Amino acid sequence: MSESAFLLARGLGVELAGRAVLRDVSLTLAPKHLVALVGPNGAGKTTLLRALAGLLPSTGDITVGGAALTALSLRERALRFAYLPQGHVVHWPLPARDIVALGRYPHGATDPSRLGPIDDAAVRRAMLATDTVGLAERRVTELSGGERSRVALARVLAVEAPVLLADEPTASLDPRYQLDVMQYLRDAADSGTLVIVVTHDLGLAARFADSVLVLADGRLAAQGAPAEALTDTVLTKVFRVSAYRAQHQSEAVIVPWDAA
Amino acid sequence: MTEGAQQLATIETAAARPRGVITLALLLIVGLLMLGSLGVGPVRLSPLTVLGALFGGGGEVEQVIVQQIRLPRAILGLAIGAILGLSGAALQGLLRNPLASPSLFGAPQAAAFGAVLMIALGLADVRSYALPVAAILASFVSVFALLAVAGGNAGMLLLILAGLAISSLAGAATVLVMNLASNPYVALEIAFWMLGSLEDRSFHHVMLALPFIAIGALILFSQRHAFRALSLGEETAQSLGVDVGRLRLLVIIGVALGVGAGVAVTGTIGFIGLVAPHLMRPLVGHDPAKLLLPSALCGAALLLAADIAVRIIPSSSDIKVGVLTSLIGVPFFLYLIVRERRSLGGGMA
Repeated sequence: MSESAFLLARGLGVELAGRAVLRDVSLTLAPKHLVALVGPNGAGKTTLLRALAGLLPSTGDITVGGAALTALSLRERALRFAYLPQGHVVHWPLPARDIVALGRYPHGATDPSRLGPIDDAAVRRAMLATDTVGLAERRVTELSGGERSRVALARVLAVEAPVLLADEPTASLDPRYQLDVMQYLRDAADSGTLVIVVTHDLGLAARFADSVLVLADGRLAAQGAPAEALTDTVLTKVFRVSAYRAQHQSEAVIVPWDAA
Repeated sequence: MTEGAQQLATIETAAARPRGVITLALLLIVGLLMLGSLGVGPVRLSPLTVLGALFGGGGEVEQVIVQQIRLPRAILGLAIGAILGLSGAALQGLLRNPLASPSLFGAPQAAAFGAVLMIALGLADVRSYALPVAAILASFVSVFALLAVAGGNAGMLLLILAGLAISSLAGAATVLVMNLASNPYVALEIAFWMLGSLEDRSFHHVMLALPFIAIGALILFSQRHAFRALSLGEETAQSLGVDVGRLRLLVIIGVALGVGAGVAVTGTIGFIGLVAPHLMRPLVGHDPAKLLLPSALCGAALLLAADIAVRIIPSSSDIKVGVLTSLIGVPFFLYLIVRERRSLGGGMA
């Protein structure tokens, strides 16, 4: 198993209600990378994340850490993929710490009030990394949107899975929280995780990601380093915008400017 | 770092302590109500007499009253109350919906139909398992149908409408059987099943119901941690390794076994499954896994108390315990609807 390819997809396709939502997507993704998955609404970004995690049936091959996804049990998948859905839904007013502790569920630590030392340490690390320790006792339903998103992020970090899939984790957050969340994900990538994050913010994608996957109408339209993937042609064709571009602190700045 | 660690440590103990105390207090209450249930009736016995008679002391009359007449009744009250409370908490956990409960889903009504059908066909007798098996199958079908109709992420409105449809159908089917029954005795028997009572139960009834109730309770309780994972929604629970489809099937089986077997020997006793988890949440928190045991104990206490009440309330003829629980439960249900009005209104928009 080479370092350069941890998660592979070949000819990935997904049909939902008779409609092809994903068509022939092939990916090779490496650990220690933050990958931004961008595309217009309805391009199939969420579907791709779900398919990669094995949460919905797909055609084609997915290999994770050298093992075929279809050969893995539900729990083995759960240990490999930490999945953060949109919206951070929590149906009961549980304390934040119990939510984070659910990240240890795949490890067999199903009861948050009886965590072993390893699981407890993982929960602690995740809460420290996301600055949520002070929220531990609070009920998640009483938290602000920004606090809730950090708790949700702590939950997926606590899985300590090799692949972290985050679906629009910065949606409806103020600029500071957006930067915080992207930085936490950046930190996770730097410490060895393959992070795939769906975002509509091309600026954040260009600023934080190692590589960008551009999805359009269920197909990969472009992929590569932010400046290579988010070219003017791609922005015009896929997003129907033109952008202002600059360099700031040796990072690419992309700001969608005009409808194209 | 250390400050954070300390904070986390105190949180754990603070949450664990009251829950243990509350469970103990509930156990004590249930124990006292058992004694009360054994002591109350046409012949009133003091708790000491009851304890003596229970363990073979005292007069022969007291022994017969306590051991053979009242003990089966108390055991059934305990077991059925507990399984109703547990089923309610499990269904609310599965559906992440505080209005879920066996009676709103028509499970007891369907079980009653199964039981009544057996009576009308002349297949029921106190020693045969036809009655509980038919009741269990009928309640399985009703809960399965409800979840199939309402789907995985059902809102309250959908659940309540589907439950209403299924309980109305089961009720109509039961009335049809009664309607068609040629023997007036059968019609009387059926009417009794629709009311729900713990009167005059023997150990035969206990033997008919208890094994199924115990298995159903074990199944529901074994899934407790999955309910907590489901707090994050079905998809996220799946991503944590919970087989949601299997879980749903297990809950349907557990509820059907428990409620079906209970109804088969007592008739329909409603609303305990709805009320018990709500009474417990302010005390033990909203964690659906930690709610199961307290809800079961609370359900047992409620049914035992109701069954004592129907013996104490002076009336010209017997009040059935199922009538009493509905009389208390329905206003409570209305109160819940008022409280959840906003989200219900949102569901309609």
